[in-house]
Amino acid sequence: MGLRSPVAAGLAGLVAMTAAASGAGMAESCATCHGLDARPRGAIPRLAGRDAAELAQALRDFRDGRRPGTVMGRIAKGYSDAEIDAVAAAIARPGKDR
Amino acid sequence: MNRRELVAGAAAAAASGRAAHAAVAPRVVIVGAGYGGASVARTLRRIAPQVRITLVERQAPFISCPRSNGVIGGLAEMAEITFGDAGLRKAGISVMRGEAVEIDSAKRQVRLTGGRRLDYDRLVLSPGVDFIWNGVEGYDEAATTAMPHAWKAGPQTLLLRDKLRAMPDGGLVVIAAPADPYRCPPGPYERACLIAGYLKREKPRAKILILDAKDSFSKQPLFQEAWTALYPGMVEWVPASRAGRVRSVKAGEGVVSTDFDDHRPAVANIIPPQRAGAIATNAGLAEATGFCRVDPVTFESKVAPGVHLVGDAIIPGDMPKSGFSANTQGKACAYALAAIFRGETPAEPVLLNTCYSLAAADYGFTVAGVYKPLDGALRLVKGSGGISPVGADAGTHALEAQYGRSWFDTLTAELYG
Repeated sequence: MGLRSPVAAGLAGLVAMTAAASGAGMAESCATCHGLDARPRGAIPRLAGRDAAELAQALRDFRDGRRPGTVMGRIAKGYSDAEIDAVAAAIARPGKDR
Repeated sequence: MNRRELVAGAAAAAASGRAAHAAVAPRVVIVGAGYGGASVARTLRRIAPQVRITLVERQAPFISCPRSNGVIGGLAEMAEITFGDAGLRKAGISVMRGEAVEIDSAKRQVRLTGGRRLDYDRLVLSPGVDFIWNGVEGYDEAATTAMPHAWKAGPQTLLLRDKLRAMPDGGLVVIAAPADPYRCPPGPYERACLIAGYLKREKPRAKILILDAKDSFSKQPLFQEAWTALYPGMVEWVPASRAGRVRSVKAGEGVVSTDFDDHRPAVANIIPPQRAGAIATNAGLAEATGFCRVDPVTFESKVAPGVHLVGDAIIPGDMPKSGFSANTQGKACAYALAAIFRGETPAEPVLLNTCYSLAAADYGFTVAGVYKPLDGALRLVKGSGGISPVGADAGTHALEAQYGRSWFDTLTAELYG
Protein backbone atom coordinates (compact mmCIF):
# COMPACT_ATOMS: atom_id res chain seq x y z
CA MET A 1 0.00 0.00 0.00
CA GLY A 2 2.92 2.34 -0.52
CA LEU A 3 3.69 2.46 3.17
CA ARG A 4 7.25 3.24 4.03
CA SER A 5 7.32 4.04 7.70
CA PRO A 6 7.81 1.08 10.06
CA VAL A 7 5.13 2.25 12.48
CA ALA A 8 2.61 2.77 9.70
CA ALA A 9 3.39 -0.58 8.07
CA GLY A 10 2.95 -2.42 11.35
CA LEU A 11 -0.25 -0.55 12.03
CA ALA A 12 -1.91 -1.21 8.72
CA GLY A 13 -1.48 -4.94 9.34
CA LEU A 14 -3.20 -4.71 12.68
CA VAL A 15 -6.07 -2.68 11.31
CA ALA A 16 -6.73 -5.22 8.61
CA MET A 17 -6.95 -8.02 11.18
CA THR A 18 -9.58 -6.62 13.48
CA ALA A 19 -11.53 -3.42 13.89
CA ALA A 20 -11.50 -3.88 17.66
CA ALA A 21 -7.72 -3.86 18.02
CA SER A 22 -6.73 -0.27 18.44
CA GLY A 23 -2.95 -0.70 18.64
CA ALA A 24 -2.75 1.03 15.29
CA GLY A 25 -4.66 4.11 16.34
CA MET A 26 -2.94 4.26 19.71
CA ALA A 27 0.50 4.19 18.08
CA GLU A 28 -0.55 7.11 15.89
CA SER A 29 -0.93 9.18 19.05
CA CYS A 30 2.54 8.09 20.23
CA ALA A 31 3.89 9.20 16.86
CA THR A 32 2.74 12.76 17.46
CA CYS A 33 5.85 13.14 19.65
CA HIS A 34 7.96 10.09 18.83
CA GLY A 35 7.53 10.29 15.04
CA LEU A 36 5.83 7.97 12.56
CA ASP A 37 9.15 6.23 11.96
CA ALA A 38 9.82 6.27 15.73
CA ARG A 39 12.75 8.60 15.05
CA PRO A 40 11.76 12.01 16.37
CA ARG A 41 13.66 15.19 15.62
CA GLY A 42 15.39 16.54 18.69
CA ALA A 43 15.34 15.46 22.30
CA ILE A 44 12.31 13.15 22.51
CA PRO A 45 13.55 9.56 22.90
CA ARG A 46 13.70 7.34 19.84
CA LEU A 47 11.62 4.20 19.95
CA ALA A 48 13.07 2.75 16.75
CA GLY A 49 15.05 -0.40 17.32
CA ARG A 50 13.35 -1.41 20.57
CA ASP A 51 11.30 -4.59 20.62
CA ALA A 52 7.71 -4.94 21.78
CA ALA A 53 8.57 -6.50 25.13
CA GLU A 54 10.99 -3.71 25.99
CA LEU A 55 8.47 -1.03 25.00
CA ALA A 56 5.65 -2.71 26.93
CA GLN A 57 7.83 -3.05 30.02
CA ALA A 58 8.83 0.62 29.80
CA LEU A 59 5.17 1.65 29.56
CA ARG A 60 4.25 -0.51 32.57
CA ASP A 61 7.14 0.93 34.54
CA PHE A 62 6.08 4.48 33.65
CA ARG A 63 2.49 3.65 34.57
CA ASP A 64 3.41 2.09 37.91
CA GLY A 65 5.88 4.82 38.89
CA ARG A 66 8.96 2.61 38.64
CA ARG A 67 10.53 4.58 35.82
CA PRO A 68 11.15 8.32 36.12
CA GLY A 69 10.03 10.58 33.32
CA THR A 70 8.31 13.84 32.50
CA VAL A 71 4.95 13.16 30.85
CA MET A 72 5.06 9.42 30.17
CA GLY A 73 3.81 8.40 33.61
CA ARG A 74 0.70 10.54 33.20
CA ILE A 75 0.11 9.09 29.74
CA ALA A 76 0.80 5.44 30.55
CA LYS A 77 -1.79 5.56 33.35
CA GLY A 78 -4.46 5.79 30.64
CA TYR A 79 -3.71 2.36 29.16
CA SER A 80 -4.68 -1.15 30.25
CA ASP A 81 -2.22 -4.05 30.07
CA ALA A 82 -3.84 -5.25 26.86
CA GLU A 83 -3.62 -1.79 25.33
CA ILE A 84 0.02 -1.47 26.34
CA ASP A 85 0.83 -4.77 24.64
CA ALA A 86 -1.09 -3.79 21.50
CA VAL A 87 0.52 -0.40 21.17
CA ALA A 88 4.00 -1.75 21.91
CA ALA A 89 3.53 -4.40 19.22
CA ALA A 90 2.35 -1.81 16.72
CA ILE A 91 5.36 0.41 17.34
CA ALA A 92 7.91 -2.40 17.37
CA ARG A 93 6.58 -4.25 14.32
CA PRO A 94 7.60 -7.64 15.73
CA GLY A 95 9.98 -9.82 13.79
CA LYS A 96 11.41 -6.96 11.76
CA ASP A 97 14.67 -5.17 12.30
CA ARG A 98 14.88 -1.48 11.68
CA MET B 1 -5.97 -1.85 -2.26
CA ASN B 2 -6.28 -5.61 -2.40
CA ARG B 3 -9.10 -7.64 -3.88
CA ARG B 4 -10.81 -8.24 -0.53
CA GLU B 5 -10.89 -4.51 0.15
CA LEU B 6 -12.22 -3.79 -3.34
CA VAL B 7 -15.04 -6.27 -2.89
CA ALA B 8 -15.84 -4.97 0.57
CA GLY B 9 -15.79 -1.41 -0.68
CA ALA B 10 -18.10 -2.21 -3.57
CA ALA B 11 -20.49 -4.05 -1.27
CA ALA B 12 -20.54 -1.11 1.12
CA ALA B 13 -21.15 1.25 -1.75
CA ALA B 14 -24.06 -0.83 -3.02
CA ALA B 15 -25.50 -1.04 0.48
CA SER B 16 -25.33 2.70 0.97
CA GLY B 17 -26.69 3.45 -2.49
CA ARG B 18 -23.51 5.18 -3.61
CA ALA B 19 -22.01 4.56 -7.03
CA ALA B 20 -19.53 1.70 -7.01
CA HIS B 21 -16.77 3.79 -8.59
CA ALA B 22 -16.98 6.17 -5.67
CA ALA B 23 -16.04 3.35 -3.32
CA VAL B 24 -13.18 2.22 -5.52
CA ALA B 25 -11.67 5.69 -5.45
CA PRO B 26 -13.52 7.59 -2.75
CA ARG B 27 -13.29 11.37 -2.81
CA VAL B 28 -12.50 13.19 0.40
CA VAL B 29 -12.55 16.96 0.51
CA ILE B 30 -10.79 18.48 3.51
CA VAL B 31 -11.28 22.12 4.44
CA GLY B 32 -8.36 23.68 6.32
CA ALA B 33 -4.66 22.80 6.16
CA GLY B 34 -3.85 23.45 9.81
CA TYR B 35 -2.93 20.79 12.34
CA GLY B 36 -6.32 19.04 12.01
CA GLY B 37 -6.84 19.11 8.26
CA ALA B 38 -3.24 18.35 7.34
CA SER B 39 -3.31 15.40 9.75
CA VAL B 40 -6.41 13.95 8.09
CA ALA B 41 -4.87 14.38 4.65
CA ARG B 42 -1.46 12.92 5.51
CA THR B 43 -2.90 9.98 7.43
CA LEU B 44 -5.43 9.09 4.74
CA ARG B 45 -2.68 9.26 2.12
CA ARG B 46 -0.64 6.83 4.22
CA ILE B 47 -3.28 4.28 5.23
CA ALA B 48 -5.77 4.54 2.33
CA PRO B 49 -3.74 5.60 -0.70
CA GLN B 50 -6.61 4.94 -3.10
CA VAL B 51 -8.58 7.86 -1.68
CA ARG B 52 -8.60 11.02 -3.82
CA ILE B 53 -7.88 13.87 -1.44
CA THR B 54 -8.56 17.53 -2.11
CA LEU B 55 -7.39 19.93 0.58
CA VAL B 56 -8.96 23.40 0.44
CA GLU B 57 -7.02 26.15 2.18
CA ARG B 58 -7.61 29.88 1.94
CA GLN B 59 -4.31 31.00 3.45
CA ALA B 60 -0.89 30.18 2.11
CA PRO B 61 1.51 29.57 3.67
CA PHE B 62 0.21 28.03 6.87
CA ILE B 63 1.45 29.73 10.04
CA SER B 64 1.44 27.75 13.27
CA CYS B 65 -0.19 29.07 16.43
CA PRO B 66 1.88 26.67 18.56
CA ARG B 67 5.25 28.43 19.06
CA SER B 68 3.85 31.78 17.88
CA ASN B 69 4.13 33.05 21.47
CA GLY B 70 7.86 32.42 21.03
CA VAL B 71 7.87 34.86 18.12
CA ILE B 72 6.06 37.47 20.22
CA GLY B 73 8.58 36.99 23.03
CA GLY B 74 11.60 37.12 20.73
CA LEU B 75 12.54 33.43 21.08
CA ALA B 76 11.64 32.44 17.51
CA GLU B 77 11.34 33.95 14.06
CA MET B 78 8.25 33.86 11.83
CA ALA B 79 10.08 31.65 9.34
CA GLU B 80 10.27 28.92 11.99
CA ILE B 81 6.48 28.73 12.31
CA THR B 82 5.67 29.21 8.61
CA PHE B 83 5.02 26.19 6.40
CA GLY B 84 4.25 26.00 2.69
CA ASP B 85 2.11 23.37 1.00
CA ALA B 86 4.82 21.83 -1.21
CA GLY B 87 5.16 18.82 1.09
CA LEU B 88 1.42 18.16 1.01
CA ARG B 89 1.37 18.40 -2.80
CA LYS B 90 4.40 16.17 -3.11
CA ALA B 91 2.58 13.56 -1.03
CA GLY B 92 -0.13 13.38 -3.70
CA ILE B 93 -2.66 15.60 -1.99
CA SER B 94 -4.44 18.02 -4.29
CA VAL B 95 -4.19 21.40 -2.57
CA MET B 96 -6.72 23.97 -3.73
CA ARG B 97 -6.51 27.64 -2.84
CA GLY B 98 -9.89 28.96 -1.83
CA GLU B 99 -12.49 29.29 0.85
CA ALA B 100 -15.35 26.85 1.36
CA VAL B 101 -18.55 28.84 1.82
CA GLU B 102 -21.48 26.44 1.49
CA ILE B 103 -22.22 22.77 1.96
CA ASP B 104 -24.97 20.81 0.18
CA SER B 105 -24.93 17.65 2.23
CA ALA B 106 -27.76 16.08 0.19
CA LYS B 107 -25.79 16.46 -3.05
CA ARG B 108 -22.51 15.93 -1.23
CA GLN B 109 -21.05 19.09 -2.67
CA VAL B 110 -19.09 21.91 -1.14
CA ARG B 111 -19.05 25.31 -2.82
CA LEU B 112 -16.02 27.57 -2.81
CA THR B 113 -15.87 31.34 -3.21
CA GLY B 114 -16.10 32.04 -6.93
CA GLY B 115 -18.77 29.37 -7.38
CA ARG B 116 -16.67 26.27 -7.93
CA ARG B 117 -18.27 23.11 -6.51
CA LEU B 118 -16.38 20.06 -5.31
CA ASP B 119 -18.05 16.64 -5.11
CA TYR B 120 -17.20 14.49 -2.12
CA ASP B 121 -18.02 11.15 -0.63
CA ARG B 122 -16.89 12.45 2.75
CA LEU B 123 -16.21 16.05 3.72
CA VAL B 124 -13.87 16.89 6.60
CA LEU B 125 -13.92 20.37 8.08
CA SER B 126 -11.02 21.61 10.16
CA PRO B 127 -11.82 25.33 10.01
CA GLY B 128 -10.41 26.35 13.38
CA VAL B 129 -12.03 29.24 15.18
CA ASP B 130 -13.52 32.56 14.24
CA PHE B 131 -13.72 35.52 16.57
CA ILE B 132 -16.97 36.86 17.95
CA TRP B 133 -16.55 40.52 17.12
CA ASN B 134 -17.98 42.83 19.74
CA GLY B 135 -18.12 39.89 22.16
CA VAL B 136 -15.91 42.36 24.00
CA GLU B 137 -17.80 45.57 23.27
CA GLY B 138 -15.94 47.73 20.78
CA TYR B 139 -13.52 44.97 19.79
CA ASP B 140 -14.18 44.44 16.10
CA GLU B 141 -11.96 43.67 13.15
CA ALA B 142 -10.92 47.32 12.81
CA ALA B 143 -9.80 47.38 16.46
CA THR B 144 -7.25 44.61 15.89
CA THR B 145 -4.76 47.08 14.40
CA ALA B 146 -4.56 49.14 17.57
CA MET B 147 -5.10 46.16 19.87
CA PRO B 148 -3.91 42.94 18.24
CA HIS B 149 -5.39 39.58 19.24
CA ALA B 150 -2.49 37.60 17.76
CA TRP B 151 -4.69 34.53 18.27
CA LYS B 152 -4.42 33.54 14.62
CA ALA B 153 -0.73 33.46 13.83
CA GLY B 154 0.50 35.70 11.04
CA PRO B 155 0.62 39.48 10.65
CA GLN B 156 -1.09 39.82 14.02
CA THR B 157 1.79 37.96 15.67
CA LEU B 158 4.31 40.42 14.27
CA LEU B 159 2.09 43.38 15.09
CA LEU B 160 1.97 42.43 18.77
CA ARG B 161 5.71 41.70 18.85
CA ASP B 162 6.48 45.06 17.25
CA LYS B 163 4.21 46.99 19.63
CA LEU B 164 6.09 45.39 22.53
CA ARG B 165 9.40 46.38 20.95
CA ALA B 166 8.17 49.97 20.49
CA MET B 167 6.74 50.47 23.97
CA PRO B 168 8.74 52.39 26.59
CA ASP B 169 10.29 50.83 29.66
CA GLY B 170 7.90 51.14 32.56
CA GLY B 171 4.87 50.64 30.30
CA LEU B 172 1.90 48.43 31.02
CA VAL B 173 0.92 45.41 28.89
CA VAL B 174 -2.67 44.17 29.22
CA ILE B 175 -3.61 40.69 28.09
CA ALA B 176 -7.38 40.08 28.02
CA ALA B 177 -8.05 36.33 28.34
CA PRO B 178 -11.43 34.93 27.27
CA ALA B 179 -13.86 32.62 29.02
CA ASP B 180 -13.83 28.91 28.12
CA PRO B 181 -13.98 27.35 25.61
CA TYR B 182 -11.35 28.85 23.34
CA ARG B 183 -8.32 27.84 21.29
CA CYS B 184 -5.25 26.85 23.33
CA PRO B 185 -6.35 27.16 26.99
CA PRO B 186 -2.80 27.72 28.38
CA GLY B 187 -1.90 30.12 25.56
CA PRO B 188 -2.64 33.47 27.22
CA TYR B 189 -0.53 32.53 30.26
CA GLU B 190 2.37 31.19 28.24
CA ARG B 191 2.20 34.44 26.30
CA ALA B 192 2.40 36.41 29.57
CA CYS B 193 5.54 34.43 30.47
CA LEU B 194 7.29 34.94 27.16
CA ILE B 195 6.40 38.63 27.02
CA ALA B 196 7.68 38.92 30.60
CA GLY B 197 10.91 37.26 29.48
CA TYR B 198 11.33 39.86 26.75
CA LEU B 199 10.50 42.72 29.12
CA LYS B 200 12.87 41.41 31.77
CA ARG B 201 15.68 41.52 29.22
CA GLU B 202 14.79 44.80 27.54
CA LYS B 203 12.35 46.80 29.68
CA PRO B 204 12.66 45.58 33.25
CA ARG B 205 10.36 48.22 34.78
CA ALA B 206 7.39 47.19 32.62
CA LYS B 207 4.41 45.26 33.99
CA ILE B 208 1.90 42.75 32.63
CA LEU B 209 -1.70 42.67 33.73
CA ILE B 210 -3.77 39.64 32.74
CA LEU B 211 -7.45 40.54 32.83
CA ASP B 212 -9.36 37.28 32.84
CA ALA B 213 -12.97 36.40 32.07
CA LYS B 214 -12.65 33.27 34.24
CA ASP B 215 -11.54 32.30 37.73
CA SER B 216 -9.12 29.50 36.95
CA PHE B 217 -7.04 28.41 34.00
CA SER B 218 -5.01 25.60 32.48
CA LYS B 219 -1.76 24.68 34.30
CA GLN B 220 -2.51 27.49 36.75
CA PRO B 221 -0.20 26.44 39.62
CA LEU B 222 2.66 25.91 37.17
CA PHE B 223 2.26 29.31 35.57
CA GLN B 224 1.89 31.04 38.93
CA GLU B 225 4.99 29.24 40.19
CA ALA B 226 6.90 30.39 37.10
CA TRP B 227 5.75 34.01 37.44
CA THR B 228 7.02 34.09 41.02
CA ALA B 229 10.27 32.29 40.24
CA LEU B 230 11.20 33.95 36.96
CA TYR B 231 9.37 37.28 36.83
CA PRO B 232 8.74 38.42 40.42
CA GLY B 233 6.49 41.46 40.62
CA MET B 234 6.06 41.66 36.89
CA VAL B 235 2.91 39.63 36.14
CA GLU B 236 -0.43 40.22 37.83
CA TRP B 237 -3.48 38.06 37.14
CA VAL B 238 -6.96 39.41 37.83
CA PRO B 239 -9.69 36.74 37.81
CA ALA B 240 -13.32 37.34 36.85
CA SER B 241 -14.36 37.27 40.51
CA ARG B 242 -12.20 40.37 41.08
CA ALA B 243 -13.72 42.11 38.07
CA GLY B 244 -11.04 40.88 35.69
CA ARG B 245 -13.37 40.41 32.74
CA VAL B 246 -12.79 42.99 30.03
CA ARG B 247 -16.22 44.39 29.16
CA SER B 248 -15.29 46.89 26.49
CA VAL B 249 -12.47 48.58 24.65
CA LYS B 250 -12.08 51.90 22.91
CA ALA B 251 -9.37 51.00 20.46
CA GLY B 252 -8.91 54.53 19.13
CA GLU B 253 -8.30 55.92 22.61
CA GLY B 254 -6.36 52.90 23.86
CA VAL B 255 -8.79 52.20 26.70
CA VAL B 256 -9.50 48.71 28.08
CA SER B 257 -12.38 48.62 30.57
CA THR B 258 -13.54 46.17 33.21
CA ASP B 259 -16.51 46.76 35.50
CA PHE B 260 -14.34 48.78 37.87
CA ASP B 261 -11.34 50.11 35.99
CA ASP B 262 -10.37 51.86 32.79
CA HIS B 263 -6.83 50.90 31.84
CA ARG B 264 -4.70 52.75 29.31
CA PRO B 265 -1.94 50.24 28.61
CA ALA B 266 1.04 50.85 26.37
CA VAL B 267 0.16 47.58 24.64
CA ALA B 268 -3.23 45.87 24.71
CA ASN B 269 -3.60 42.26 23.58
CA ILE B 270 -7.28 41.37 23.40
CA ILE B 271 -8.03 37.67 22.95
CA PRO B 272 -11.68 37.72 21.95
CA PRO B 273 -14.33 35.05 22.54
CA GLN B 274 -14.46 32.43 19.80
CA ARG B 275 -16.67 30.00 17.94
CA ALA B 276 -16.24 27.40 15.23
CA GLY B 277 -14.88 28.67 11.90
CA ALA B 278 -17.36 30.35 9.55
CA ILE B 279 -18.03 27.39 7.25
CA ALA B 280 -19.14 25.25 10.20
CA THR B 281 -21.27 28.02 11.68
CA ASN B 282 -22.83 29.00 8.35
CA ALA B 283 -23.66 25.38 7.53
CA GLY B 284 -25.61 25.11 10.79
CA LEU B 285 -23.23 22.57 12.30
CA ALA B 286 -22.57 24.48 15.53
CA GLU B 287 -24.66 24.27 18.66
CA ALA B 288 -25.44 27.01 21.17
CA THR B 289 -21.87 26.93 22.52
CA GLY B 290 -20.71 28.08 19.09
CA PHE B 291 -18.87 24.81 18.49
CA CYS B 292 -19.80 21.52 16.82
CA ARG B 293 -20.71 18.22 18.36
CA VAL B 294 -19.34 15.10 16.66
CA ASP B 295 -19.39 11.35 17.01
CA PRO B 296 -16.36 10.43 19.14
CA VAL B 297 -15.37 7.49 16.92
CA THR B 298 -15.86 8.85 13.39
CA PHE B 299 -15.88 12.61 14.08
CA GLU B 300 -18.99 12.81 11.90
CA SER B 301 -21.22 15.78 12.62
CA LYS B 302 -24.23 15.03 14.81
CA VAL B 303 -26.40 17.05 12.41
CA ALA B 304 -24.93 16.60 8.90
CA PRO B 305 -24.31 13.04 7.67
CA GLY B 306 -21.14 12.66 5.61
CA VAL B 307 -19.59 15.78 7.14
CA HIS B 308 -16.80 15.22 9.67
CA LEU B 309 -15.10 17.83 11.86
CA VAL B 310 -11.82 17.88 13.79
CA GLY B 311 -9.75 20.38 15.73
CA ASP B 312 -10.64 23.64 17.42
CA ALA B 313 -14.11 23.85 15.83
CA ILE B 314 -15.49 20.90 17.81
CA ILE B 315 -16.60 20.25 21.36
CA PRO B 316 -15.17 16.77 21.63
CA GLY B 317 -15.86 16.16 25.31
CA ASP B 318 -12.85 16.58 27.59
CA MET B 319 -10.13 17.21 25.00
CA PRO B 320 -8.73 20.74 24.98
CA LYS B 321 -8.41 22.77 21.80
CA SER B 322 -4.74 22.24 20.94
CA GLY B 323 -2.62 21.46 17.91
CA PHE B 324 -1.85 18.08 19.47
CA SER B 325 -5.56 17.32 19.93
CA ALA B 326 -6.29 18.38 16.35
CA ASN B 327 -3.54 16.05 15.14
CA THR B 328 -4.71 12.97 17.02
CA GLN B 329 -8.34 13.71 16.16
CA GLY B 330 -7.36 14.09 12.50
CA LYS B 331 -5.56 10.76 12.56
CA ALA B 332 -8.52 9.04 14.24
CA CYS B 333 -10.92 10.59 11.72
CA ALA B 334 -8.73 9.29 8.88
CA TYR B 335 -8.72 5.78 10.38
CA ALA B 336 -12.51 5.90 10.66
CA LEU B 337 -12.88 7.06 7.05
CA ALA B 338 -10.52 4.32 5.85
CA ALA B 339 -12.63 1.74 7.69
CA ILE B 340 -15.85 3.16 6.27
CA PHE B 341 -14.41 2.99 2.75
CA ARG B 342 -13.49 -0.64 3.38
CA GLY B 343 -17.05 -1.33 4.48
CA GLU B 344 -15.94 -2.01 8.05
CA THR B 345 -17.05 -0.63 11.39
CA PRO B 346 -14.50 1.92 12.61
CA ALA B 347 -12.55 0.89 15.70
CA GLU B 348 -12.90 2.93 18.87
CA PRO B 349 -9.92 5.27 19.13
CA VAL B 350 -7.74 6.03 22.11
CA LEU B 351 -6.63 9.63 21.77
CA LEU B 352 -3.86 11.60 23.38
CA ASN B 353 -3.20 15.21 24.08
CA THR B 354 0.00 16.70 25.42
CA CYS B 355 0.22 20.50 25.56
CA TYR B 356 3.70 21.86 26.07
CA SER B 357 4.02 25.38 27.43
CA LEU B 358 7.11 27.52 27.90
CA ALA B 359 7.65 29.87 30.82
CA ALA B 360 11.09 30.71 29.41
CA ALA B 361 13.32 29.27 26.69
CA ASP B 362 14.62 26.56 29.04
CA TYR B 363 11.60 26.26 31.32
CA GLY B 364 8.74 24.06 30.08
CA PHE B 365 5.87 22.03 31.46
CA THR B 366 2.94 20.01 30.18
CA VAL B 367 -0.65 19.00 30.61
CA ALA B 368 -1.57 15.61 29.20
CA GLY B 369 -4.57 13.33 28.91
CA VAL B 370 -5.73 10.05 27.42
CA TYR B 371 -9.25 10.09 25.97
CA LYS B 372 -11.73 7.41 24.94
CA PRO B 373 -15.30 7.48 23.62
CA LEU B 374 -17.85 7.26 26.42
CA ASP B 375 -21.54 8.12 26.18
CA GLY B 376 -21.13 9.99 22.92
CA ALA B 377 -18.08 12.09 23.81
CA LEU B 378 -14.34 11.72 24.28
CA ARG B 379 -13.74 11.44 28.00
CA LEU B 380 -10.52 11.56 29.99
CA VAL B 381 -9.50 8.05 31.04
CA LYS B 382 -9.75 8.03 34.81
CA GLY B 383 -6.37 8.27 36.50
CA SER B 384 -4.58 9.42 33.36
CA GLY B 385 -3.16 12.79 32.53
CA GLY B 386 -2.78 15.96 34.52
CA ILE B 387 -0.11 18.61 34.77
CA SER B 388 3.62 18.45 35.43
CA PRO B 389 4.47 18.41 39.13
CA VAL B 390 4.73 21.75 40.89
CA GLY B 391 8.17 22.29 42.41
CA ALA B 392 10.06 20.40 39.73
CA ASP B 393 13.78 21.04 39.43
CA ALA B 394 15.46 23.09 36.72
CA GLY B 395 16.58 19.96 34.87
CA THR B 396 13.00 18.75 34.50
CA HIS B 397 11.84 22.14 33.25
CA ALA B 398 14.70 22.21 30.76
CA LEU B 399 13.84 18.71 29.54
CA GLU B 400 10.16 19.56 29.06
CA ALA B 401 11.18 22.68 27.11
CA GLN B 402 13.39 20.54 24.87
CA TYR B 403 10.65 17.97 24.41
CA GLY B 404 8.19 20.68 23.41
CA ARG B 405 10.56 21.87 20.72
CA SER B 406 11.15 18.28 19.61
CA TRP B 407 7.39 17.68 19.36
CA PHE B 408 6.93 20.79 17.24
CA ASP B 409 9.78 19.92 14.88
CA THR B 410 8.73 16.28 14.54
CA LEU B 411 5.06 16.96 13.92
CA THR B 412 5.42 19.90 11.57
CA ALA B 413 8.00 17.98 9.51
CA GLU B 414 5.54 15.11 9.16
CA LEU B 415 2.62 17.36 8.27
CA TYR B 416 4.32 19.92 6.02
CA GLY B 417 7.75 18.51 5.17
